[in-house]
Amino acid sequence: MDLLSILQVLLKGTLITAELAVISFAMAFVIAIPFSLGQVYGNIPIKIITTSYERIIRGVPLLVVMFIIFFGFPSIGIRFDPFTASVLSLGICSSAYQSQIFRGSLLSVPNGQIMAGQSLGMKGTQIFIHITLPQAIRFSIAPLTNEFTIVLKDTSFAYALGVTELLREGTYIISTTYEPLLIYLLCAAIYFIITFSTNSIVRRVEKRFAIHGFEFRGERA
Amino acid sequence: MKVLEVRNLKKRYDSNEIIKGISFEMEKGETVVVIGPSGTGKSTMLMCINRLIEPDEGKIFLNGEEITGSKHPEIFRQRIGMVFQEFNLFNHLTVLDNVRIGPIKVKKLPKDIATKVAIENLKKVGLESRMNAYPAQLSGGQKQRVGIARALAMEPQLILFDEPTSALDPELVGEVLEVIKKLAREGMTMLIVTHELGFARDVADRIIFMENGEIIEQGGPEILANPLKERTKQFLAKFREGR
Amino acid sequence: MIKFINVFIEAFPFFMNGLVFTAELALSSISIGFVIGVLVAISRTYGNKLSYSISTIFVESIRGTPLLVQLFIFYFAFPQIGIHLSPLVASIISFSINSGAYQAEYIRGSIQSIDKGQMMAALSIGMTKWKSILNVILPQSLIKVLPSWTNEFAYLVKYTSVAYLVGVPELMAQGEFVASRNFEFMDVFLGVALIYLVIVMILTWGMSRIEKMVRMPGV
Ligand SMILES: Nc1ncnc2c1ncn2[C@@H]1O[C@H](COP(=O)(O)OP(=O)(O)OP(=O)(O)O)[C@@H](O)[C@H]1O
Ligand SMILES: [Mg+2]
Repeated sequence: MDLLSILQVLLKGTLITAELAVISFAMAFVIAIPFSLGQVYGNIPIKIITTSYERIIRGVPLLVVMFIIFFGFPSIGIRFDPFTASVLSLGICSSAYQSQIFRGSLLSVPNGQIMAGQSLGMKGTQIFIHITLPQAIRFSIAPLTNEFTIVLKDTSFAYALGVTELLREGTYIISTTYEPLLIYLLCAAIYFIITFSTNSIVRRVEKRFAIHGFEFRGERA
Repeated sequence: MKVLEVRNLKKRYDSNEIIKGISFEMEKGETVVVIGPSGTGKSTMLMCINRLIEPDEGKIFLNGEEITGSKHPEIFRQRIGMVFQEFNLFNHLTVLDNVRIGPIKVKKLPKDIATKVAIENLKKVGLESRMNAYPAQLSGGQKQRVGIARALAMEPQLILFDEPTSALDPELVGEVLEVIKKLAREGMTMLIVTHELGFARDVADRIIFMENGEIIEQGGPEILANPLKERTKQFLAKFREGR
Repeated sequence: MIKFINVFIEAFPFFMNGLVFTAELALSSISIGFVIGVLVAISRTYGNKLSYSISTIFVESIRGTPLLVQLFIFYFAFPQIGIHLSPLVASIISFSINSGAYQAEYIRGSIQSIDKGQMMAALSIGMTKWKSILNVILPQSLIKVLPSWTNEFAYLVKYTSVAYLVGVPELMAQGEFVASRNFEFMDVFLGVALIYLVIVMILTWGMSRIEKMVRMPGV
């Protein structure tokens, strides 16, 4: 195999990798929003449920979740193809982390902001939509970007279920070329380019929308 | 012999000359107070003396030995104490450890002797009862007294004070100034930057008035009442109004 | 539920065998990674241009690529240049390096959050730069970094499961071994999940105790 066709195959895998990452991240986002709201604004049973979800999922390795969904679920009659099982696992795991990020962002909007809203006579939902949420979104951009790059890197776990993502394609090539060092370094380079460019694009966007004196906070996961 | 000799000290940041050729000397046991408007370069000058800031030009001598140009400024810093406006106590250490870490780690004194030295100096500042507290558990005045004890524990030949009471609530200023006055009576050589003019008058053997990186005027404490230079007069007048 | 308990009890000896490897992987990697992390963080913060550049490239390239790829490079690719590593050793090396890069970033952030006055005060009593770092800056940074460090430790424990893919007989591998014989994939892997969960929770709880013990009062 010449370098060009190697790159072609790797590119094919990269597309699957990107699909995995984007779909799972989006799925996690959709789960995480209500869960984080539940954690911050819910009543006690809701708080307990949402918090336990976050804690439990964050305590279990992605690979184990993948095996439960892919190998375990058929025994209760639910069968997923490797790609779907991977997306579900990645999405579930990331949703716990994203929920943690949103929770942190919501909580780091200073109390004075809410009191100021109240002093203007705003209602709870108005305060949330016009004051808390816009600030919380800004707080969560940096940690969310970081979380996206984590999901992207974790898509490589789909290799274990046989999804033909980047790492799996690389391994296929190795089985014919016997060039593991070159191929795996190429894979690494591709992952690096994606994470690096994601980070720099977001950083630029952040700068565009930065408000002077308004710091982006939030713990990097 | 002069304890401190500063000759034509200069410091620039980019093209901005912050210290424009300062020279003065200090005798053993002398207390010299530096006053002057904000942003004049008082802190910068002080830190040039122990080379926490690297001077651009000029020579500085401690007891006749040149500090500037030495490859090992830490040797001189052992002999020059410094007390900071913001205290800068080591947050992770107890009061006792703050005071004895220098003797132990720098002077390599055995731990029991270093402890003795530390406790002695804590007594001097009236804080031996708080020696197991952490900095965050102290009031500002207590923190600053520990800061002084930390400097004293190294048995310095000269102590530099950078506005030691500026970060304190007014009611806590007195206890710190008392300690410094006591040191002055005991014959410690001290160079003190302060805005406390009353204290300056009481404690100073000599007062240096600094502005825009230069010494405008210096003399005995009486210059506070009768300054010779117009700039000094204006500064003092403004200062009294402000109070 | 009864079935799950039965499966779990039957698999338990295997789980324990695997747990020994999981613990070995996690503990040695977090420790070696800690040493790497401290050194890299210091060279990124206080080093000269060269050591800054080298450590930055190290951190960025490790953090920018998946752990699994790093593991595959050590296990499958290194033989090509004549270095043959056992699954366990390859796993420990790649986990240590990976964790080292993340720990370095946390520690660096922590170092940079320490007030500049601390360094000045240390220098002012005659400590050299390196003594100041060792006696004043580093202890404070390490105390401050504990919460993020705990996070990283939990991540690492979970990530040790990928060692299964190169054949280390750790917890995950034992689960796979048991399940491929009794075909109780669901119950076995739920059991595996439960064990990881318990480990991570004990870890988090224990670390929060330690945090309380070493916390600088009032800071
Ligand atoms: N690292 C630096 N880079 C550039 N300029 C600096 C730096 N440090 C200090 N300066 C400038 O040097 C000048 C003198 O500062 P310095 O802190 O010595 O003044 P000061 O007399 O101690 O003032 P204050 O009474 O407010 O403490 C100031 O204008 C300051 O902005
Ligand atoms: Mg100053």
